[in-house]
Amino acid sequence: MLEIKNLHAKVDGKEILHGIDLVIKPGEIHAVMGPNGSGKSTLSYVLAGRDGYEVTEGDILLNGQSLLSMEPEERAREGVFLAFQYPVEIPGVANATFLRSAVNAVRKHKGLADMDAMTFLKTAKAKMKQLQMDEKFLQRAVNVGFSGGEKKRNEVFQMLMLEPSLMILDETDSGLDIDALKVVAEGVNALRSPERSALVITHYQRLLDYIVPDVVHVLARGRIIKTGGKDLALELEAKGYADIVADAA
Amino acid sequence: MAANAQTIETVENLAGEYKYGFVTDIESEILPKGLSEDTVRFISAKKGEPQWMLDWRLKAYRAWLRMAEEKGEPAWAKVSYPKIDFQDIHYYSAPKKKNLKSLDEVDPELLATYEKLGIPLKEREILAGVAVDAVFDSVSVATTFKEKLKDLGIIFCSMSEAVREHPDLVQKYLGSVVPITDNFYATLNSAVFSDGSFVYVPPGVRCPMELSTYFRINEAKTGQFERTLIICDKGAYVSYLEGCTAPMRDENQLHAAVVELVCMEDAEIRYATVQNWYPGDKEGRGGIYNFVTKRGACRGARSKISWTQVETGSAITWKYPSVILQGDDSVGEFYSVAVANNAQQADTGTKMIHLGRNTKSTIISKGISAGKAQNTYRGLVRVMPGAAGARNYSQCDSLLIGDRCGGHTVPYIEVKNRSAKVEHEATTSRISDDQLFYCRQRGLSEEDAVSTIVNGFCKEVLQKLPMEFAVEAQKLLGVSLEGSVG
Ligand SMILES: Nc1ncnc2c1ncn2[C@@H]1O[C@H](COP(=O)(O)OP(=O)(O)OP(=O)(O)O)[C@@H](O)[C@H]1O
Ligand SMILES: [Mg+2]
Repeated sequence: MLEIKNLHAKVDGKEILHGIDLVIKPGEIHAVMGPNGSGKSTLSYVLAGRDGYEVTEGDILLNGQSLLSMEPEERAREGVFLAFQYPVEIPGVANATFLRSAVNAVRKHKGLADMDAMTFLKTAKAKMKQLQMDEKFLQRAVNVGFSGGEKKRNEVFQMLMLEPSLMILDETDSGLDIDALKVVAEGVNALRSPERSALVITHYQRLLDYIVPDVVHVLARGRIIKTGGKDLALELEAKGYADIVADAA
Repeated sequence: MAANAQTIETVENLAGEYKYGFVTDIESEILPKGLSEDTVRFISAKKGEPQWMLDWRLKAYRAWLRMAEEKGEPAWAKVSYPKIDFQDIHYYSAPKKKNLKSLDEVDPELLATYEKLGIPLKEREILAGVAVDAVFDSVSVATTFKEKLKDLGIIFCSMSEAVREHPDLVQKYLGSVVPITDNFYATLNSAVFSDGSFVYVPPGVRCPMELSTYFRINEAKTGQFERTLIICDKGAYVSYLEGCTAPMRDENQLHAAVVELVCMEDAEIRYATVQNWYPGDKEGRGGIYNFVTKRGACRGARSKISWTQVETGSAITWKYPSVILQGDDSVGEFYSVAVANNAQQADTGTKMIHLGRNTKSTIISKGISAGKAQNTYRGLVRVMPGAAGARNYSQCDSLLIGDRCGGHTVPYIEVKNRSAKVEHEATTSRISDDQLFYCRQRGLSEEDAVSTIVNGFCKEVLQKLPMEFAVEAQKLLGVSLEGSVG
């Protein structure tokens, strides 16, 4: 499904990722943990194809196809979804309008007809109910004035609507209260399927109690320095990164 | 940052292909280039005008000659262009067939032109409930729905017809809001105006449909000087839409229109414009010089005038739709979106002149600049001594795309009554890489992303447009900014 091979990437002329190897098989959920500034968000941006994030070596394959020459929107339509660590505000644009354009852009790519307004609204409301989100968020401008937690929930809402094949969640749990965390995790779990994979970036093992990962990686200074099972998260929670980072150095 | 530069480049490469740039092959009657008293007499005679109208025009022409000699063209706006040679312009051009009684007599080529512009006159007449007056080069070619309006006592016809059929109304109101000697271009217009629309809504009548005029410049080297006059009598209401396009040509063309609105007690006029004159190419060759005087007078108590404009075209826009708030408790509104891309220059804004007590005005201006364009908001709020309790709220927002364009806000505020309240807010922002990436990550193309963000920025103004116009305006915004976002 997703194969990251010896990935090196630069931002503003500075190499941040120094050779990352990672394979996520269909249906698997991988967690990535690591100290602040280790390159987790950078990795997510590189996967999504953000301008200014230059891949200098290596490759990224999605279902055997290289993503490197694709624009961000092409990757999105191919099923790459990034739930942003810091969701962006778009003043004046209703959440519903925005999301419907997105849904239809993806549908068009798949050769499907536009989703009509009625169906869209019905589907959207059902997903919002699932996430215990108030319907009024459909008419509010995208992320404008949303609380931190509301923004994160809105990211998951978009993800449920777009049904991506690769879900990348960048600290979606930060800023969520305990109840919200459960709701959001359930949302993600609802999308879990044998064809769908996920890369879950988090600082807290708590999230992994709800979204149980198949594999856990530790990213430090632009490299994956340790890979293990679900228990690795528990170990990190107890001991911190110092030992592992020291071992790897 | 690198990403930004890339975005700008993309935007520039997208330099909007102007979709209305075709020329209609149609037989026209064109007056040779040049301007003299004879030109004025010719135009007047061509239209079978009465002596008073000719005298009015000649008075204007002589005043214009003096202005041209003394001061020349106004130079205070933040726009630059080579001196206009007023002798190198045709002042009259008309499709050859005339005196049309119904649309069936209109040259099919002409109908096809409007069709291409998205204005199917025939269907509109039947279906849309929008009465359309179409001005092609200098003359009004068709006014639809006339009969139905007539039943209500509403007059909607071409200016030429109004001069002939309703001389009392025209004589009473023409030049009463924009006097002959108001400014250089208005004076020129008064001398040589060719046609335009005339509307009169009698007391207590609510005009049941949108009235609409489409202006089209077709001939080369032709100036277009329309004159529009709208009068809304006591307690009456009308909503009026104006759209404009022109073919692509390498030379610049002059458009100097005058619009006058007169609003009596408890009456309301809504005037909306979607202006998409040819803006010139990427390097700034060609395009329309849009020098327009638009002004409304709220004569009666509790009257209301609102201007809504979406300006995406023209090489140069010089335009300040204004409201004179004479009646007590009268209301003036100005909602504007002005886009300037590539080499376009826009200097636009409004004037709100408060004379009556408790008069209220609202100004919402959204300026969008991309490429090398310069976009200036110039607004005046003047509260006269008698305007106790007057209030104004102004909000001017600029959105910049790239770093070679400019957005400028020049508010003039003069308050001569201490009980008045005037508020002014201004912001400048850029389309951020974050916003673009966020949209694209959700599957939107770069152009759709820009267009989505820009439409959001303009929302407060677009909301003020009648539904079908709003859709058109949204599309236009997208087209005119194609390739310009980053
Ligand atoms: N534009 C840039 N110019 C220079 N350095 C940058 C740029 N963007 C990111 N970096 C650096 O790259 C490193 C990795 O940043 P990144 O945001 O990927 O970290 P992270 O692992 O997501 O951290 P956190 O846990 O705090 O979210 C940091 O040291 C950061 O300062
Ligand atoms: Mg991060």
